[in-house]
Amino acid sequence: MSELERRIGGEMPGGWDGIREDLLRRASDEALIDLAYERHESPFGDLLVVAGEEGIVRIALGAEPEEVVLRDLARRASPRIARTGRTPIAVARSQLDAYFEGDLREFDLPLDWRLTRGFRREVLRETAAIPYGATASYAEMADRAGSPRAVRAAGTALATNPLPIVVPCHRVLRSDGKVGSYLGGTSMKESLLRLERERAGT
Amino acid sequence: MTGKSRDDPGGTGPPPFESALERHGPRVHSWLVARVGPDRAEDVFQETMLAALRSWHRAESGSVRSWLFTIARNKAIDEVRSAGRRPAPEGEVDSWPSAAVADGIEDPVWDEVRGLPEKQKAAVTLRFRGGLTHREIGTVMGISEAAARRNVFEGLRALRERMDDE
Repeated sequence: MSELERRIGGEMPGGWDGIREDLLRRASDEALIDLAYERHESPFGDLLVVAGEEGIVRIALGAEPEEVVLRDLARRASPRIARTGRTPIAVARSQLDAYFEGDLREFDLPLDWRLTRGFRREVLRETAAIPYGATASYAEMADRAGSPRAVRAAGTALATNPLPIVVPCHRVLRSDGKVGSYLGGTSMKESLLRLERERAGT
Repeated sequence: MTGKSRDDPGGTGPPPFESALERHGPRVHSWLVARVGPDRAEDVFQETMLAALRSWHRAESGSVRSWLFTIARNKAIDEVRSAGRRPAPEGEVDSWPSAAVADGIEDPVWDEVRGLPEKQKAAVTLRFRGGLTHREIGTVMGISEAAARRNVFEGLRALRERMDDE
């Protein structure tokens, strides 16, 4: 690029953050943002907490790249998604902090289940009922969701849980006692189970 | 971020608004600063992005940048027209901000840019301030890619001659 071309380009005007903030405030007031999200720092890397008007739609763990999560949401829920605050997100964030500190056993959040349906949703609803500090097997979850033989399908439901941590798929283990896979990594799953075991006894 | 190209030509359907805002928003705003002046740029930018959001279902991942600039250009023309109804210093509908209005764009090159014919002015600023390709400039201005390229080229040549005369 020549000197002249560079000079026409000029400096980027300042104040972008404020401009962005004003825009998203106006867009939210006009109900033009269907999904809002924020990044949330956790002991397991940055989480994404996504909310619609009704409640929390999605929690993404650190292992999932933000751009991939956004594109998936654009396709499956709405592309009118922006990084901005919203009441359910603030509530979820403070409960997540308390949970990671070991000070919260049950999440009390409005959940929006739109990203899951049918048998998978049944499995996840049953998973949400597993108490703090307890565990269940994939086979048990298939059974509780009404299809005892659909163990693999139950595994898929848990592996594609749009609301991890809050819907505690980490409490579902393999029948042979091994922890099994986890979207956030096996070590995160083990850490969450350890935290809950320690706190459940107190 | 994935390794996909920034406009993801393979993608169909609307991209996430957040991705488009972060990738293209600052450039759209920067171009509007040149087009309507720093005082009005933010309002026109907000109008542009709100209009885009209202029709976001029509956005396409592969062409979202030229689509946003097209809306910005139309909003800028609306803004200049409505300002023209007020007792404005400029009489002409397509007029760009005078040096006095465009406070904050201090490089003297801008006095020369303002002196270019309308099409060259638009093409040169869309190219170097907006960061658009010739094809995208053609889309925004409703002309062919070749015509867009020619306008950029001729605009630059005229600017070089004027700057050399100083």
